[in-house]
Amino acid sequence: MSKIVAAAVNRGSIKIVKEAEDFLNKAISEKSESQKIEFPDTAFFFPMAYALLGAEVKTLGDIKPVLQEAKSLLHDAPTESIWLPYLGDTLDSGIATLLAEEIIVGLRYLYKQEPQADCIGFFSDTILRQLGIQLVDGRMPGFAAILGAAPDNKIAVDIVREFQKRQILTFVGSQTNGRSIIDQLKEENVEMGWDNYIVPYGRDTITGIYPLHWAIRGALTFGGHRKGEALKCLKYCKDRVFAFGLTLGFIDDVKYATGAGAIDMGFPIIADTDIPEIRPTGICTYEHLVKELDYKKIVPVCIETRGVKVKVSEIPIPVPYSAAFEGERVRREQTYVEFGGKYTTAFEYVTTKSADEITDGKIEVVGPEIDDAKEGSALPIGIYIEVAGRKMQKEFESIVERQVHTFLNEAKGIFHMGQRDMIWVRISKEAKTKGFKIKHLGVILHARIHEIFGAIIDKAQIHIYTKQEEVDKLLPTSRETFKFRDERIGAMTDESVDTFYSCTLCQSFAPNHLCIVKPERLGLCGAYNWLDCKASYEVNPTGPNQPVLKGTVMDEKRGEWEGINNWVKSKSNSALERFHGYSIMTYPETSCGCFECIGAIVPEANGFMVVNREYSGMTPLGMTFSTLAGSVGGGNQTPGFMGFGRLYITSKKFIAADGGLKRIVWMPKELKEALADKIKTRAQEEGIPDFLDKIADETIATDTEKLLEFLQKVNHPALTMDPLM
Amino acid sequence: MSDKEKSVDPATNEIMNLACKGEIETVFDRYEEMEPECGFGQLGVCCKNCVMGPCRIDPFGDGPTTGICGATANTIAARNLVRMVAAGAAAHSDHGRDVAHTLLIASEGKTKGYEIKGEEKLLNLAKEMNVKTDKRKIEEIAHDVAEKCFAEFGQQHGELQFTHRAPKKRQEIWKKFKFTPRGIDREIVEIMHRTNIGVDNDYVNILQQGIRAALGDGWGGSMIATDLQDVLFGMPKPIRAVSNLGVLKADEVNIVVHGHEPTLSDIMVTASQDKELLELAKQKGAKGINLAGICCTANEILMRHGIPIAGNFLQQELAVITGAVDLMLVDVQCVMPALSKLAGCYHTKVVSTSPKAKFPNVEHVEFSEEEALPIAKKIVRMAVENYPKRKKELVNIPKDKMELVAGFTAEYVYHMLGGKYRATYRPLNDAVISGRLRGAVGIVGCNNPKIKHDWAHLELTKALLKKDVLVVTTGCSALASAKAGLLIPEAAKKYAGKGLQEICEAVGCPPVLHMGACVDISRILMVLCNVLSEGGLGEDISDLPVAAAAPEWMSEKAVSIGFYAVASGIYTVLGIPFPILGGKEITDFITDKMENVVGAKFGFEPDPIKAADLIVKHLDAKRKALKLKPVMYGE
Repeated sequence: MSKIVAAAVNRGSIKIVKEAEDFLNKAISEKSESQKIEFPDTAFFFPMAYALLGAEVKTLGDIKPVLQEAKSLLHDAPTESIWLPYLGDTLDSGIATLLAEEIIVGLRYLYKQEPQADCIGFFSDTILRQLGIQLVDGRMPGFAAILGAAPDNKIAVDIVREFQKRQILTFVGSQTNGRSIIDQLKEENVEMGWDNYIVPYGRDTITGIYPLHWAIRGALTFGGHRKGEALKCLKYCKDRVFAFGLTLGFIDDVKYATGAGAIDMGFPIIADTDIPEIRPTGICTYEHLVKELDYKKIVPVCIETRGVKVKVSEIPIPVPYSAAFEGERVRREQTYVEFGGKYTTAFEYVTTKSADEITDGKIEVVGPEIDDAKEGSALPIGIYIEVAGRKMQKEFESIVERQVHTFLNEAKGIFHMGQRDMIWVRISKEAKTKGFKIKHLGVILHARIHEIFGAIIDKAQIHIYTKQEEVDKLLPTSRETFKFRDERIGAMTDESVDTFYSCTLCQSFAPNHLCIVKPERLGLCGAYNWLDCKASYEVNPTGPNQPVLKGTVMDEKRGEWEGINNWVKSKSNSALERFHGYSIMTYPETSCGCFECIGAIVPEANGFMVVNREYSGMTPLGMTFSTLAGSVGGGNQTPGFMGFGRLYITSKKFIAADGGLKRIVWMPKELKEALADKIKTRAQEEGIPDFLDKIADETIATDTEKLLEFLQKVNHPALTMDPLM
Repeated sequence: MSDKEKSVDPATNEIMNLACKGEIETVFDRYEEMEPECGFGQLGVCCKNCVMGPCRIDPFGDGPTTGICGATANTIAARNLVRMVAAGAAAHSDHGRDVAHTLLIASEGKTKGYEIKGEEKLLNLAKEMNVKTDKRKIEEIAHDVAEKCFAEFGQQHGELQFTHRAPKKRQEIWKKFKFTPRGIDREIVEIMHRTNIGVDNDYVNILQQGIRAALGDGWGGSMIATDLQDVLFGMPKPIRAVSNLGVLKADEVNIVVHGHEPTLSDIMVTASQDKELLELAKQKGAKGINLAGICCTANEILMRHGIPIAGNFLQQELAVITGAVDLMLVDVQCVMPALSKLAGCYHTKVVSTSPKAKFPNVEHVEFSEEEALPIAKKIVRMAVENYPKRKKELVNIPKDKMELVAGFTAEYVYHMLGGKYRATYRPLNDAVISGRLRGAVGIVGCNNPKIKHDWAHLELTKALLKKDVLVVTTGCSALASAKAGLLIPEAAKKYAGKGLQEICEAVGCPPVLHMGACVDISRILMVLCNVLSEGGLGEDISDLPVAAAAPEWMSEKAVSIGFYAVASGIYTVLGIPFPILGGKEITDFITDKMENVVGAKFGFEPDPIKAADLIVKHLDAKRKALKLKPVMYGE
């Protein structure tokens, strides 16, 4: 830490801590110490204080010890000569700054001063969990926090586009000389928001705490670290969260102080100004503070300094291509031509052929090209993909096909929704202007199929039909296949195979967690079923999905196998001894943090409630999904609580040991409706045809009293089952 | 006395000139008079362990080739050498024992002079030593820790507690060769037994016991001294101070503490700030009371209170010759008997305090920990009352003084590099792994009139700094660096190579880290253990790119230190060879074959520049073995 930096950090930290203290005193005098305070939608109170100090800030009075700690971390500035070592002190000042900034934005929420106009403000737990999968699977290789403003709007746009291209999630905010990059991007009509990978947090440096105390929650949610485990949480951020700061323009004391806090989390700072660098490593993985005055080089320097691993596929199409564009929508008025949706017939289909039947790289459009279509018109489409490979199997087809959505969506100006024969594709005017043709859809698919499925697919050719009669001709065959596939997956049982698949994809975040994916129990993220894992293993034999022999059955009812137990023990670093595949109550399978749903015991009702990620309201347990998620995640076994995928609910093996489907007493209306048909079918099989109506939802009860009242009224089967506890 | 300058330190030379003019004899004169020194003694081939002799072996092969009992030169040299180890280990360990005693009586409330200032360290020690801490008063915990430490001295079997701090691999080596000390005192006693007439005659076997006793010093007596001093007097942390004879003040009462044990010097800090005594000083015409130190007791109060340093070992007489020292109080170790006669030429009162160390014609005020503060006040009063007797015409205080930063510990490194929340050694390990640092070297030890005062310390230190080697230092070597301005952070720009400069700039530390007194070499051992735990630099101390040097050593304590350093796996270069060169095989063993046993050896090299070359070669070889990149800014 160069002395100049140390001195600036020292000044900045003193200023911010003082500001926090004054604000707190004002708030207490205007309200009271018992005044409640909270950030929206989080189970982690003031997340930085919660992670580092174990503090649960619920009232203004609770802030006092946090502020006290911040004050105790302040220190004397390094002297002009004969200075004392300042690195450790400076890092402490950084932490003091983060704690103080969190207090300030917390108080701003109390006074309704946050979020600022056009800004996200506090990042909720929901966002954290929704991004969970992307954090893990590398689609989002890193996070940039930009502070300040670029010298001109063009540079601002160029920088964020460079990050977008590399799928790096970019937080933008703060300001330099009163100008914020947020406004620069706004003026250039850059679409911002989570889906676009550009997230405005606030127009001052203090709001830079938002991405930081969002990152620290990763350590608690995915890392399984507990509140107050400061060193573990900070090191988790250093080792697992590939974030960095990029300052644009003059770095004032507060930016330096905030930067010191970021560095303590392992996040280096890259500056576009001539600042003293700190190149020796140790607190961050690589350099701590680096300058790069050339804007053309600044993004690669950021990536190198943080050690972000970026995979950029160079696909020969005239529009930018990156996962950052996946969430981008093409609105009606932006659309040049569209396919499917409610307008035309459309489908996509992958089928296996023998190698000699396919010319790799052959892409043909049968029917009108984009130039033949009128602006605002709709064409039918049949995306017909033929693949071949020595290791290709019929059952992998659906896995490849399911990726068409992602592959096409990641092109800028192309929109794709749905799957199978329910797709909807749009090509924007902008893309058309840049020279995008329908044929390019095939170019994308060909390149990406090779990139992602290179291990199983040797050849791929793509026909795109835009002629009604051709589409109509092929549709029935594909529909036959879709039906066959459903029946095949549906027909598989846990007993019919001798091998399950592990999924340790999330161990980079939750080191002791692993999923055991069975035909009748898909991964808790909902994204991987047994067949997917099997395919994934074929694709990458040393990857996260490994076959696990079930071995001797130890408990058929509870779903316990010797081979599984041995595997669990060795792959969880001995943190776990046993798994009961079909129980929440005994040795439940663990959760990383990416689960679609949480099942939790409602002791009074002798049953379980299920709550899905999308539901942000209250549950009868008095806890929201976010709060519950805190105790379920992190790779811990918590009997009575478990994370799982939506489709598991309608599996015959759903908590079979605990009584199965009949134990469900409550689920959010939306989930109930989404699964209604499947639940009805399962209920028939169980001999309780009217069961769906016996499940309560939030319109009936959000506390146990009302819930019980309802269950008794409808004579819910759980009430008369064996006691759960 | 010859005209040749005796020191690289201008203050020392200035006072030396004064001494010459006044025909006052100092250590430098007595050394010249002693020349030529006894060649048999230097080669280690004279034996007076029984009175059949004294015997001496003719190094040229013309006379006797064995002693009367038949002992060869190797046997005799080995016996003499390990007896030096025994004396050195005894000195450090007795020091440790005294501190344990002080902690014990402090915990029992038998003294008002001391309190437990290092509570966190005490609790850590308690945990390590299996002392219960739950719901217990701090005094009760301190009591049990003190008793457990006491037991280490008299323990007859088993292993010393703190040897378990060493890396696993090191412990295994010690076990394999029976080097693990059983009890601190026991190993010293066994040296005396084995070297008695007609007992152990195999020089390798004799050295084995020397190693065992020395490890009982480094990982026993010295470590206990350091740790319990931290408990009693508080954890040192970086602090600014001033060094050299220029710290003496013309208009204040000057008290110089000299010796080794902070039980006395630390309490003198309190006594010298006593209001009543300060008032008395004013009455006597003095503006205040100025406490300064010499040798390691100075290092102790420097690290914890920033008390100025008057000088190192060869400057003790010179302090008196300034005519400005009103009282010099001494305890144990490195105190020259010559002080007594010298003080007679000036008004300076020399006061001895330890029942273990008395001097003819020197006033003795016996120190006891129970009555620590009253005794300390009594001594300060004596100094104040002596102030008016100062002979103005004899007062010559050199202007030279230098600022310094001292007070680095193994524990502080965590904070220095990571602060409270990221406490870590990672940046240090990274610095070595990346090649910004070539490695680290401990430069320690005494002064010796055989070598130009401070010259070898400074030349070696500077040569290594230039090669991107971080230097840690203790004892009189630390004081040499202090006086030369190597302990200030600005020294990095002036002396360090580019890589070391970058590290110093990032951390804000000097390129040479002052880690305390000579017992505090145990701190250096702990730093190395912590570096290994941090990871990436091997599994044993002998894997690390580190070395040690004692370029101007003279005390038997240095022999013990050298032995425990090498036996811990640290290559150690001595500026003056051990007195063993008359025994070819033992010399060969110590400077070569020993490496096959403990993974390290001694080097003897009087030229500090050549010593630096040896060390750099060694560090590079260790880097290569660890498959580290070459140094980042190497030649």
